[in-house]
Amino acid sequence: MQSTAHEFKRSVEVALRDPNLRRAMEVAKTGFQEKRRIAVEALPEFEALRQQARELREHTLQHLDYYLEYYERQVRAVGGHVHWASTTEEARAIVIDICKKAGARRVTKGKSMVGEEMGINEALEASGFEAVETDLGEYIIQLADEPPSHIIAPAVHKTKDQITDLFHQHHKKYGLTGRVTEVPAIVNEARTVLRDKFMTADVGITGANFLIAETGSSVIVTNEGNGDLTNTLPRVHIVTAGIEKVIPTLDDVSTILRLLARSATGQEASVYTTFSTGPKRSEDLDGPGEYHVVLLDNGRSQMLGNEFHEMLRCIRCGACMNHCPVYQSVGGHAYGWVYVGPMGSVLTPLMVGLDRSFDLPNACTLNGRCKEVCPMGIPLPDLLRKLRMRGYEQGLMPARARAALRLWAFFAKRPGLYRAAARVGIGLLGLAGRKRGRFRWLPLAGGWTDARDLPAPRGETFQSAWRKRGGRP
Amino acid sequence: MSVGRDRVLGDIRAALKRRGPLPTSVTSALEGRLKNSTPNLLPRIEGELIDAFARKVEAVHGILSRVSSMDEVSSVVLRHVEKHALPFEIVVAPDPALDGIPWSNRFTLARRAASGDDCLSVTSAFAGIAETGTLVLLSGPESPTTLNFLPEDHVVVVSRERIVLHMEDVWARIREERKRIPRTVNFITGPSKTADVELTIQEGAHGPRRLLVILVG
Repeated sequence: MQSTAHEFKRSVEVALRDPNLRRAMEVAKTGFQEKRRIAVEALPEFEALRQQARELREHTLQHLDYYLEYYERQVRAVGGHVHWASTTEEARAIVIDICKKAGARRVTKGKSMVGEEMGINEALEASGFEAVETDLGEYIIQLADEPPSHIIAPAVHKTKDQITDLFHQHHKKYGLTGRVTEVPAIVNEARTVLRDKFMTADVGITGANFLIAETGSSVIVTNEGNGDLTNTLPRVHIVTAGIEKVIPTLDDVSTILRLLARSATGQEASVYTTFSTGPKRSEDLDGPGEYHVVLLDNGRSQMLGNEFHEMLRCIRCGACMNHCPVYQSVGGHAYGWVYVGPMGSVLTPLMVGLDRSFDLPNACTLNGRCKEVCPMGIPLPDLLRKLRMRGYEQGLMPARARAALRLWAFFAKRPGLYRAAARVGIGLLGLAGRKRGRFRWLPLAGGWTDARDLPAPRGETFQSAWRKRGGRP
Repeated sequence: MSVGRDRVLGDIRAALKRRGPLPTSVTSALEGRLKNSTPNLLPRIEGELIDAFARKVEAVHGILSRVSSMDEVSSVVLRHVEKHALPFEIVVAPDPALDGIPWSNRFTLARRAASGDDCLSVTSAFAGIAETGTLVLLSGPESPTTLNFLPEDHVVVVSRERIVLHMEDVWARIREERKRIPRTVNFITGPSKTADVELTIQEGAHGPRRLLVILVG
């Protein structure tokens, strides 16, 4: 997928003025946060499990080459194929090649963030295949020709009315001409349309929540059952996965699964957790005849060796975005690429380039909620701060901001001057604003006052107040 | 091996500041862990095993029916079919565990994998997990995976002695009873559902609308 992360500020402007988005995000916020809280509180072992899972992920990453090679041997032992891709371009070529060799026409897709990363739908369509997303949320945004706005609820930004319109517009060709306006009818209509696609697909592509080294299995976690119809009905099953997805054993993944569902949707277990190992066995009555796994690097190995390696622990649960005030306000599309919210603000610069996404790590209040709720204990605010520093060092910060920071640094290094200047500044501002108690407009502060008033300072500076109290709050 | 493989593994090793594969002193320890896997921390489960399982099945909106023997399975399915006005054509997994059921003569039975038009399937679970109210189904000629997803109503028969506490117990049983892991291991916790329209939960997305669990024994 093409990144528009460099247009973040403009996208935010648009997002903040979109009343449908505002309504949709309000619903999402309360739903996700409350459900997670209840689920986590109901499991006294949550913290201990989180600690174990975190250590497990670190251990795996430190021996990533070993576990990937072991995993590959196990896949091959059951007749599956493993393909390795350094770039999204290589990964796309591998998938297209498999589809061509299979003589495929229709390809069904289970939800896959790596698939989005690769831009696999566009590539399939360009090569003449029909690519059909089957997760309801993904299907909705495919009809709308939009990228996902949340990693586990890709159409969370769409209102019911918008979905009604989309279905009405796109389902006429199947003879479904009525308008479906209620949730059960909407879900039913998608079920009917997609059922036919499932039954006639030649290739099914799913992502993988995990890959298991012990057995060579790929794991998907879903609620709808679309992933299972995708990996069972077609002749060929292709799994697309990042190289960091490997987990040593079945026991290990059981630990992580307890954290995933609770962190993502507040469920104790998702409806379907499915382990697929190789193609169907000769005696089986159903299942795909071919099984392929495409392992994608796309910048991950680089992260492994630098100060951002902790990001590779991420299990894509979405808890960080569900608790992020910035994401709640602007929605997922403003981030401009596949990954959104706090985890996206770290991943996009590392995968697409910091020079093309410098605003993302800066659009953060550093309130720390994401780090608190992350089941893998990823220090997201620290990683965002590191990206800001990197951007400053690379000269990506706008000239005015750099100049302002340099000016501030000049005073900060001279405490006497700083105190004097602050006293004068505060005094003048206090005087100018004493009537209203706030400013509607102030020179050089348009970025603040365009959207809200600036309170006028009252009396003295913080430092002098602090001294008067004897250094006590 | 392929160029892509060499490059990806090479980049990983460069990032980990290693020249080549790990020395055998390290890999033998890692291999030992892989081959003798043991569970990590297991959450404590309150109450008696079977009751805990039953409670959790209902908590995730499974329909639970407890019967004392396989002889009663037919009448439970019959009641379900009548209640929801379903057709009497049903597909029963070709599983020997389901062979002895005396089916009511009102049913028309097929024993095969699912087709797109089937309304109700009956399968047998490898295990049930008390921690989450989850059913475990293993693929094989006796238990085609399509039966778990295509029909609108999925009936799962699970016997009392197959209920375990945790997912980890299922792995132990698979290692013990099977030569290797089957093509598909399905963990099923409640009926299919989606929350993709305004986060409103709607049951019966792409998989079964109703999940009837018959606990035998």
